[in-house]
Amino acid sequence: MSILVNKDTKIIVQGLTGKTGTFHTEQALEYYGTKMVAGVHPKKGGETWGSVEGAAQLPIFASVGEAKEATGADASVIYVPPAGAGAAIIEAIDAEIPFIVCITEGIPVADMVKVKARLDKSNSRLLGPNCPGILTPEECKIGIMPGSIFKKGSVGVVSRSGTLTYEAVFQTTNAGLGQTTAVGIGGDPVKGTEFIDVLEMFLADDETESIIMIGEIGGSAEEDAAQFLKDEAAKGRAKPTAGFIAGRTAPPGRTMGHAGAVISGGKGGAEDKIAAMESAGIKVSPSPAKLGETLLEVLKG
Amino acid sequence: MNIHEYQAKQVLKGFGAPVADGVAIFSADEAEAAAKQLPGPLWVVKTQIHAGGRGKGKFKELPADAKGGVRLAFSLDEVTAHAKEMLGNTLVTKQTGAAGKVVNRLYIEDGADIERELYLSILVDRTVGRPAFVVSTEGGMDIEAVAEETPEKIITLPIDPDTGVTEADAAKLCDALALDGTARDDGMTLFPILHKAFVEKDMSLLEVNPLIVMKDGHLRVLDAKVSFDGNALFRHPDIMELRDVTEEDAKEIEASKHDLAYVALDGDIGCMVNGAGLAMATMDIIKLYGAEPANFLDVGGGASKEKVTAAFKIITSDPNVKGILVNIFGGIMRCDVIAEGVVAAVKEVGLQVPLVVRLEGTNVELGKKIINESGLNVIAADDLDDAAQKIVKAVKGGA
Repeated sequence: MSILVNKDTKIIVQGLTGKTGTFHTEQALEYYGTKMVAGVHPKKGGETWGSVEGAAQLPIFASVGEAKEATGADASVIYVPPAGAGAAIIEAIDAEIPFIVCITEGIPVADMVKVKARLDKSNSRLLGPNCPGILTPEECKIGIMPGSIFKKGSVGVVSRSGTLTYEAVFQTTNAGLGQTTAVGIGGDPVKGTEFIDVLEMFLADDETESIIMIGEIGGSAEEDAAQFLKDEAAKGRAKPTAGFIAGRTAPPGRTMGHAGAVISGGKGGAEDKIAAMESAGIKVSPSPAKLGETLLEVLKG
Repeated sequence: MNIHEYQAKQVLKGFGAPVADGVAIFSADEAEAAAKQLPGPLWVVKTQIHAGGRGKGKFKELPADAKGGVRLAFSLDEVTAHAKEMLGNTLVTKQTGAAGKVVNRLYIEDGADIERELYLSILVDRTVGRPAFVVSTEGGMDIEAVAEETPEKIITLPIDPDTGVTEADAAKLCDALALDGTARDDGMTLFPILHKAFVEKDMSLLEVNPLIVMKDGHLRVLDAKVSFDGNALFRHPDIMELRDVTEEDAKEIEASKHDLAYVALDGDIGCMVNGAGLAMATMDIIKLYGAEPANFLDVGGGASKEKVTAAFKIITSDPNVKGILVNIFGGIMRCDVIAEGVVAAVKEVGLQVPLVVRLEGTNVELGKKIINESGLNVIAADDLDDAAQKIVKAVKGGA
């Protein structure tokens, strides 16, 4: 099993016709035939998208609603530029797409506040924005993760950072463990899916035998997640978990690349997060180069 | 993006918030004329820098017992005397760091009769994904200290984006701040105004500390600190004009021109990394092996050769940098592009310090080949751990 996406997931692309959308759609199609089924562009409905080499073609629809109706898509990936990305997410919510993944970085927070209010009243799940997407090895790739470093296996990976997700995946592949699914929840302060949502799914998934959770400075999502794992463990639901927090050396008050990565008002520092995770039984690696090693140590007991 | 107090007050005044009259000046010659525009007999002379704690701050160039960065004046002569003493000097507050900030602007403001000082701020509460008011009766002091010592005196109220500040919300805020009579009437009007300003101008922080109740019972915004969401500035050209680049690090300004996320730090190992999380983690691992990072630098996902070259130049322009670590895990970012950028930059600006390069991910073999065949004196690293140890060793060994 995997979580959220598998070989049957049918995906439409909002922002397919741009350079980024085209490149990553080609990559997804090449990744074990991920079922990319259509693109959406308000002015190019009825046209056809072709990959650069011309081998692959996808129909383009004028709206998410039409694309869903025609293809039976159950997921959408968004590569729309930041100024229009909030509206693109809302269009997907209104079209009742069950799973929406927004890759776009740089969406104004106020736009995400509106998205979040709409999301709360819907049955859709949003992953991101400002995230690398999600990948289930040998089945389905949504977003921009490099498929070559993955290996089918037993570790569930969840992370706020794109490239640190790759580190965790690469290291668990090299350790021979492989992954069930890797989920990048994204670096923005207001987002669709939090650590807790993903951890709950990993705990419930039989094939996920262990978990790597990678957080960073800013906010309190890691502390909330640690409390969640503690509460679940008390009910007998626990899996071996290793973790990492980026930003131990970050100065307070400065935003470190990700809009959400900032220590403000004395809150959101790395040490508090590490302490909370360790008190929940997560083994936190002091080095981003030792995620795989740390997980192996946990598994050995 | 941050703006000065006087600019923040102008913005808030535009929405109808009660602020004192005041005039901003850039030289002491303007002080008397500015003060004459205000009624007196009490003036407040306030330094305008992008940092808090000005009142308790100390000027580097003045004797230790000299007054701080916010001063009262009881005559026109005193206004001018303060202006002469403050302008051009360096104010050190607990938020500026030891280097302090040179004072280039002052704000001369009409004095107020203060009855009570309150705290109010609005920011986006991540846990609910909504803007929230944070208020306290303990205003005028360090809110972090209040949060530490008496957390029960801080009240948070998230606002539903579909309704804005309702009457019930405003009443709750009035209750939390123990406002009655005239002050309560003012509060019922002021809170929706501040929320409107926050939302319409895409603010990321609006902090009024203190919000005061005056002796006549009215409320007034006595200090204002406003930051804007950098991702939304494209729709606010009026706010963009308020940017004061003299408050920013020259390297950070250069980086922003190339759309690079860069933060200057105090250490001696320059870093160039793709991805914010990995960039932070790279800083952390440098520290773990006993050295300090000189900067945070995320070249982003879709960096071109030109962008990488610009990043490299910014790093080498920092005189503190004694070694450079390039750490790339290519997902979208192709390793050959990074390699070409590094080679081009080194050929252009030269290389006076050790350079360690760690490449992994898309087109890694091609990237390594480009570096190896360039003839440059680059130390190759196998993984992140190896890279961090090698650069720390190279820098410490050469010291």
